[in-house]
Amino acid sequence: MKEFTCIVCPKGCRIFADGDALTGAGCGRGLEYVRSEMENPTRMVTSTVRLSGSQLPRLPVKTSAPIPKEMMLRAAELLNDVTVQAPVESGAVIVKNILGTGVDFIATKSVGE
Amino acid sequence: MKKYEYDVAVIGAGPAGLAAALEARKNGAERVAVLERDFEAGGILNQCIHNGFGLHYFKEELTGPEYAERFIRELRETDIELKLNTMVLSVSQNRHIIAVNPQEGVLGIDAGAVILAMGCRERPRGSLGIPGTRPAGIFTAGTAQRYVNMEGCMVGKKVVILGSGDIGLIMARRMVLEGAQVMACVELMPYSAGLRRNIVQCLDDFDIPLYLSSTITEIRGRRRVESVVISQVDKDRKPIPGTEKEIECDTVLLSVGLIPENELSKNAGIELDMRTKGPVVYENMETSVPGIFACGNVAQVHDLVDFVTMESIRAGKAAAEYAAHGEEPSPCFELFASKGLGYILPQRARMDRIGDFLDVFFRVNDIYEDVSIVVKSNGGEIARFRRDYAAPGEMEKIRIPKKLLTGNEIEVSLKGGDRE
Repeated sequence: MKEFTCIVCPKGCRIFADGDALTGAGCGRGLEYVRSEMENPTRMVTSTVRLSGSQLPRLPVKTSAPIPKEMMLRAAELLNDVTVQAPVESGAVIVKNILGTGVDFIATKSVGE
Repeated sequence: MKKYEYDVAVIGAGPAGLAAALEARKNGAERVAVLERDFEAGGILNQCIHNGFGLHYFKEELTGPEYAERFIRELRETDIELKLNTMVLSVSQNRHIIAVNPQEGVLGIDAGAVILAMGCRERPRGSLGIPGTRPAGIFTAGTAQRYVNMEGCMVGKKVVILGSGDIGLIMARRMVLEGAQVMACVELMPYSAGLRRNIVQCLDDFDIPLYLSSTITEIRGRRRVESVVISQVDKDRKPIPGTEKEIECDTVLLSVGLIPENELSKNAGIELDMRTKGPVVYENMETSVPGIFACGNVAQVHDLVDFVTMESIRAGKAAAEYAAHGEEPSPCFELFASKGLGYILPQRARMDRIGDFLDVFFRVNDIYEDVSIVVKSNGGEIARFRRDYAAPGEMEKIRIPKKLLTGNEIEVSLKGGDRE
């Protein structure tokens, strides 16, 4: 039996996997999480990029969808050389197709000039 | 001095202030203003760039800035006045506010109702009394979060985090993603104060060791932090001699608790609660001073911003009502946090203002499994709630039907529940 702590929501259900049988999940998303965790764990990555032309020098970004867990650090490294010019709208694509995943880094804040 | 008059004036444009202002406006307050000392609205959410916000309220997972932007956009579509760069200096019992900003100088504001939404502050090193030298490289976790996520300054390369509250855990992951090495997370208690999912995705995912029942007993270094000494502690949280272990690092982040910001509340003569460390509030988030309300982290430190939003909606609605109609004094009863509870909120309630239910919030003081929450009125049990698991890191809420509330005092305690 393997124990997982669900990270889908802050409730953090403890879900037990015994072969294919899953117990302890508070909702369907928890079951989905454990299945993905057993096959191909993925994570959202949030970070920042350099921002010019605005009051603050950093723009927050996130992956547009979860990416494979082992790619997290390499994905974050891609942001080191990126500079964005204000104004930026929240949701704007900042880095396209991270490491061939088809997932983008997008801005999570709108910043005026 | 420039003079203003508002129906409702809100102090702080973080999540609490924004939600409260919008709700006050929706409930008939025509002139609403939000006073914010920073250059932008959003408060602490602006530095919380990680995701996981909004699952209860928006039914989707947002980052902090995205969550804030939802409310800021909504606010911009109203005629609510958002005064940025505006520092409130004082609030009086008759709801006169003195504030200052670079454009207008000193402002005098008369408000029909005031909502305190100033949030909280981090406990600093000075409140812990860690022995050692006083080198550079020691930050509270939230300060480091602002430096890294907003100001673009990296705080260090080899980090030890003291305290396993959510901010500390989130910062552990941030520091790794920014190229630093996180040597350890050290927690005084035998359990983490943070959400369980943060242990998984911030520590376990990056193989960061969590030392429970341990603390930093010395910080070493002359100009910059060079190492820390950590020791295990006994059940009275006293360091155990002989367990010392030195960890090389250049940075120490402190995530050791939050304290409501009470400067304005104290000067306004608002009664404070030793246990929440914020103002005593009634069922509608009104403080001991009529017409002054408090919500969000200034009233009680929350784990989830969604609960801040919901609490602030109640405060905003009540403030609009007060501004329009005032209020007649009415009899109230007190709520007490008894065995097993760290605090309780509201601390007082007025029967004639409770809807069908009274929502009561509290934190337990230890880890419990299979525990009962017992509600007593004048000594007799009126309700009981079961929990499989309860921990200090997670705020509890119970809903007591109004028809059960008869006495003039309510006492909430825990019964059973083996300690882990």
